Amino acid sequence: MDQTVWNFIFIGITFGIYIGIAIWSRAGSTKEYYTAGGSVSPFANGMATAADWMSAATFISMAGGIAAAGYGASKFLMGWTGGFVLLTTLMVPYLRKFGKATVPDFVGDRYYSNAARLVAVICAIFICMTYIMGQMRGVGIVFSRLFSIEIWMGVLIGGGIVFFYAGLGGMKGITYTQVAQYCVMVFAYTIPVIFISLIITGDAMPQLGLIGDYIKDGPDKAQPLIEKINQISTDLGFREYTASSSNTLDMFCITAALMIGTAGLPHVIVRFFTVKNVRAVRKSAFWTLSFIAVIYLTAPALGIFARTNFVEEINQKKYQQAPDWFKNWENQGMIAWVDKNNDGVMQYRAGKVFAGKPLKPVYAEDSTSDVGPRKVTNNIDMSSQNEVYYDKDIIVLANPEMAGLPPWVIALVMAGCVAAALSTAAGLLLVLSTSVSHDLMKKIINPKISDKQEMKYARMASFGAIAIAAYFGINPPASFVAKTVAFAFGLAASSFFPTLIMGIFSKRVNKEGAIAGMICGIGFTLSYIIYFQFLTDSKDYWFGISPEGIGFLGMVINFAVAFAVSSVTAPPPKEIQDMVEEIRIPKGAGKASQH
Amino acid sequence: MTKPSAKPSSTNKNYWHTSLKILFSILFIWFFVSFGCGILFKDSLDAFSIGGAPLGFWMAQQGSILCFVGLLLAYSFWMNRLDEQHGYEEEE
Repeated sequence: MDQTVWNFIFIGITFGIYIGIAIWSRAGSTKEYYTAGGSVSPFANGMATAADWMSAATFISMAGGIAAAGYGASKFLMGWTGGFVLLTTLMVPYLRKFGKATVPDFVGDRYYSNAARLVAVICAIFICMTYIMGQMRGVGIVFSRLFSIEIWMGVLIGGGIVFFYAGLGGMKGITYTQVAQYCVMVFAYTIPVIFISLIITGDAMPQLGLIGDYIKDGPDKAQPLIEKINQISTDLGFREYTASSSNTLDMFCITAALMIGTAGLPHVIVRFFTVKNVRAVRKSAFWTLSFIAVIYLTAPALGIFARTNFVEEINQKKYQQAPDWFKNWENQGMIAWVDKNNDGVMQYRAGKVFAGKPLKPVYAEDSTSDVGPRKVTNNIDMSSQNEVYYDKDIIVLANPEMAGLPPWVIALVMAGCVAAALSTAAGLLLVLSTSVSHDLMKKIINPKISDKQEMKYARMASFGAIAIAAYFGINPPASFVAKTVAFAFGLAASSFFPTLIMGIFSKRVNKEGAIAGMICGIGFTLSYIIYFQFLTDSKDYWFGISPEGIGFLGMVINFAVAFAVSSVTAPPPKEIQDMVEEIRIPKGAGKASQH
Repeated sequence: MTKPSAKPSSTNKNYWHTSLKILFSILFIWFFVSFGCGILFKDSLDAFSIGGAPLGFWMAQQGSILCFVGLLLAYSFWMNRLDEQHGYEEEE
């Protein structure tokens, strides 16, 4: 069967499932809409949270990033998993006991101030908005590849689907859809890797293959895979794959900022409000990280396999002998060859192929890959010998073809990409809509609105949010989306994380301290990121800490300012101190969520 | 709104102190396996190897994640036991 037919079948079936679940689990009350009635099983919530957490970027780009950066990419692997240890031990059990529907709810009540609540709402909206734009773009790109349609059409289809089940079903609909989406993602991610692991190392388990031997040259030439990749890398002019980072302090700060940011992301925290009580929260957090680890432990293996395979199949080959997938992805603009030394052989080396912008290959109008390599119109960088350009996303996208797997596996991977993007977008959309309907309308502007009206506002807000996200998905502000990760994590690390921690672990930090701390933490982090990402091309960072890692310093500033200001102002009222005592005791969380 | 717990405050205090101890033990190991083994002592650990991989590199890309999962299992187990000792246990 043709590839397009398989794509239609897989995407059709998975969409049918998502919509079916949405109709079955329509939300009837705000409690169901916000937290699925607090009745999701820890296991199902674990799967749903894992799907919510792993975005299109994780699914498509992470393995490629590891393949390119080697050890240097460990900061993402540790950062995006280690954050769950912080989240579980320091935050969610206590916030679940507190028992309200949103994160700004806690900030507003604990710091007895609508000003604090408002700062929290703005942060939540900003974090989720930057994140969701990238998801919409991701959906658009996958759809445009799948069905050869324009990106804007893909964005609209994806946005429509997400609005349908997130807006209709609320948290209940989202949770059960995400369970289905996790299953699609995990099969789509691991099946091709198992096959490629068998080919390269003979181990069916990719994690064993990673520490196993490279056997593709025959059993007598077997050598440890890591040794092989280090040797290939240095031969081609790259650093060793396992070489340490050149700046340990920066590596430390980025890892810390990603971990702390993870623990402060509102769309992850609210997921744990859907289970019954504190005991279920702990269990659910364990399941969540286990499900995430399945993919995060596979990605480093995939990175090494794909990079080894890529070099072996491409380097020093004539274009005519290149594998079929090379030509397929060349037509998509994901890979390109420029014969710098006119020897008709593809040399893959360290260094750039193209000089300046655009970074991606732009083909001459009349060139096709039928007779030879497609001609590009980019400026060529003659200072390096590297002739092969590739987009790191093909590490995952072209992986099934590199391993010679049948077309249905390719369709499965595509369905997995779509599932990853949709599940994250839906979770974000929910936080956006509750921030507006619950935190802004109900708690700040008009406390008298009824449950029904609040639901109406929630659905209207999710429509508004998806429309804005779709607009920016179609017209991304130049290179903005790629830089927003630093924003979202930096903001979460410097605002929510310290404020929530102090709210739980200190009875002395008061409203003045919390507000001053948040403003200083965010102010510092935002100015640093904006200055180095948008205002200057200089990379003259403070102590070499890049914008991705500055959220760590922002958090330290938030803590310091909050404690200093609190110590010179009046302590919080007695009932707030009692409330803090109360959330430290796990019993009674089920009852507390009836608000 | 929340009501003060019916338990005497000494029980609550005792519970809180023990739970902080559990929390700090978990976070100490968390820091040691990731920032310690994966970043700060990575170079010295690379002198050893696990299978074909240098140990420090392996800790950063695989070992630390496995430890995180183990830590959450241990956390859940210890905290549930602590709840039972203080009469705070609940059905799932």
